[in-house]
Amino acid sequence: MAKDETVANKKTVAGKRKKEPITESLVAPGHRACAGCGELLAARLVMNAAGKNVIATCATGCLEVVSSAYPQSAWKMPWIHSLFENPAAVAAGIEAALKALGREDEAHVIAQGGDGATADIGVGCLSGMLERGHNVLYVCYDNEAYMNTGVQRSGLTPFEASTTTAPSGKISWGKTTDKKTMPEIAAAHGIPYVATASVGYYKDLEKKVKKALSIKGPKYLQIHCPCPLGWIHDPALTIKVAQTAVQTGLIPLFEIEYGKVTSVRKIVKRKPVEEYLKLQGRFRHLFKKPGGEEEIKNIQAIADENIRKYSLI
Amino acid sequence: MMKKVIEGSMAVAEAVKVCRPHVISAYPITPQTHIVENLSQMVADGELKAEFINVESEFGAASVILGASVTGARAYSTTTAQGLLLMAEVLFNIAGLRLPVSITCANRSLSAPINIWNDHQDAMTVRDSGWIQLYAEDCQEVADMQIQAYKIGENPEISLPVMVNMDGFILTHAFEPVELIDQKIADEFLPPYKPEVYLTTKNPVTFGILAEPQYYMETRYRLQQAIEASKQVIEDVANEFKKVFGRYAGGLVDKYRLDGAKTAVVAMGSVVGTIREVVDELRGKGEKVGLLKIRAFRPFPKEVVYDALKGVDNIIIMEKALSLGFGGILLNETKAVFYGKEKQPRMSGFIAGLGGRDVPNKSIIKAVKKAESEMLEDSFVDLREELIGIGE
Repeated sequence: MAKDETVANKKTVAGKRKKEPITESLVAPGHRACAGCGELLAARLVMNAAGKNVIATCATGCLEVVSSAYPQSAWKMPWIHSLFENPAAVAAGIEAALKALGREDEAHVIAQGGDGATADIGVGCLSGMLERGHNVLYVCYDNEAYMNTGVQRSGLTPFEASTTTAPSGKISWGKTTDKKTMPEIAAAHGIPYVATASVGYYKDLEKKVKKALSIKGPKYLQIHCPCPLGWIHDPALTIKVAQTAVQTGLIPLFEIEYGKVTSVRKIVKRKPVEEYLKLQGRFRHLFKKPGGEEEIKNIQAIADENIRKYSLI
Repeated sequence: MMKKVIEGSMAVAEAVKVCRPHVISAYPITPQTHIVENLSQMVADGELKAEFINVESEFGAASVILGASVTGARAYSTTTAQGLLLMAEVLFNIAGLRLPVSITCANRSLSAPINIWNDHQDAMTVRDSGWIQLYAEDCQEVADMQIQAYKIGENPEISLPVMVNMDGFILTHAFEPVELIDQKIADEFLPPYKPEVYLTTKNPVTFGILAEPQYYMETRYRLQQAIEASKQVIEDVANEFKKVFGRYAGGLVDKYRLDGAKTAVVAMGSVVGTIREVVDELRGKGEKVGLLKIRAFRPFPKEVVYDALKGVDNIIIMEKALSLGFGGILLNETKAVFYGKEKQPRMSGFIAGLGGRDVPNKSIIKAVKKAESEMLEDSFVDLREELIGIGE
């Protein structure tokens, strides 16, 4: 069988025949990501939903490091890593070249970066790409800190999470500000499509990738990806942690088209933020230090505001 | 072929146009602006079929041409000074990825204090990036160099980016008669860019890999081999250019009245034109002075520099940059050329024209005279002593 061909998985654990065929993944196994890595899972879901006609760029970071150590590569599509802050600009160059060379129909261009690459160091290149209207899908894998360098605080680290550069301490609760509102910042460019997704809801994620690629112009997709190492949780709980973030309202899932919210994923059974926080070591101090209860109320207020703002209930 | 009196920036734009770049990306910065404005107009008028990407920074510009080049396109950018430094991280990356893009650098001083005028501190700062660096003497040469740049860089044995350096204002804003390159002849000289590997779904390749300690050194070794090999290619391309266009401004270097010279002045860029006049004047008086123009600073043409200078007793290096904490860069590299050789000419270094200060004939003559009687190291030409409390 030729590689990349669809293979029907005839055996399942329960011994039943699966209805859906399993396609050979465009992000190959054997990479070096940690057990339970949310980012690699997200990348695999994105690329498999996008299909074979893709040219991808990738920022420096965990995703690049674990997937492209010479002489191996996990990427089955044409792929380039250049620098930390330029996946959007390199993607813009690729898109311009495809146009100039009359190869526009050859491939979708997908730029990928972590939260640091996207919201901090590469935000200038990203904004430029969105403003100029390149036909590029930018995917931000948001695991809420600089994980590749050892869990340092980023602009997308949430309020009062403890990281190695904004740790909780005798006089500190961790990060003093909440996540930069990156999807809204992207939407403020007036681009055709912005969406948030979570590895906890893979059908929703895949649907958004496909929808984004059906639209011409700049698109921004931010995917919430738990990092067992950095968030300090059991690697077996990645999906649960991701789902709980959504169920509390801390991570709202929505679509924004041309600046207007066009859909939200409603919360069916709302959970208090404690349920999310207590799963993770990065919030442990909130349950140990005196005064933690008050701080958790502040985090609950963030979730409440998200629920109100996006009508999640 | 047509000769027209045009601005240096227009000469560059016309030369870039006949190279048929697919993608141009730039950010405006003085004194590079006329180059991008001219190219933008050409695209707006449909004279040049290229994607012109106006970016949010020079870092973005360099990244866009990187992306374009790795997709198989011929790509161009232009910048100077602060812009070049903002590009620096990408410049090294482009060379490491072996992408034959080209940039015109309208050489300008570095801040602080901010100064928009010419010297070579900007390009010199990124001399170790793996880029081929060429320095032009006049507007004609800069135009000719630009088309040669792609021919050199795109040679499959080389596959390196090329930076064409032209002095800010002195050349970018100078009106000179320039022979414009005919598109048809340009197409014969510079065939379309056809890289062996590039980003395409037809042959999915991973670019920009992580090279761990067991693999990294070899990539740098190959890079060093390629840039060394480019010495021959630079000479070959200059000769081929001469055959096609009838003009020759030198390959790696250009020798002027060095036959029988006892003193040689070594320099790069537009100041070479002034030194030519000085050499003529001194030769007229019977003084045995010649000139060595360095066209390629990277790769540094050690062998030809030695050959050109081994017969002289006195070498004077006149340069528009310095390595702070060490001194004249061209001076020290020329000194290194003579290490271990039998013949050890006296070498004096002069730092001139920083921040756009004029370098007139008389200052060059004064430097030559001074260096005849004593060896000088890092002597600043026309230093205004009243401003720094010397001689009060």
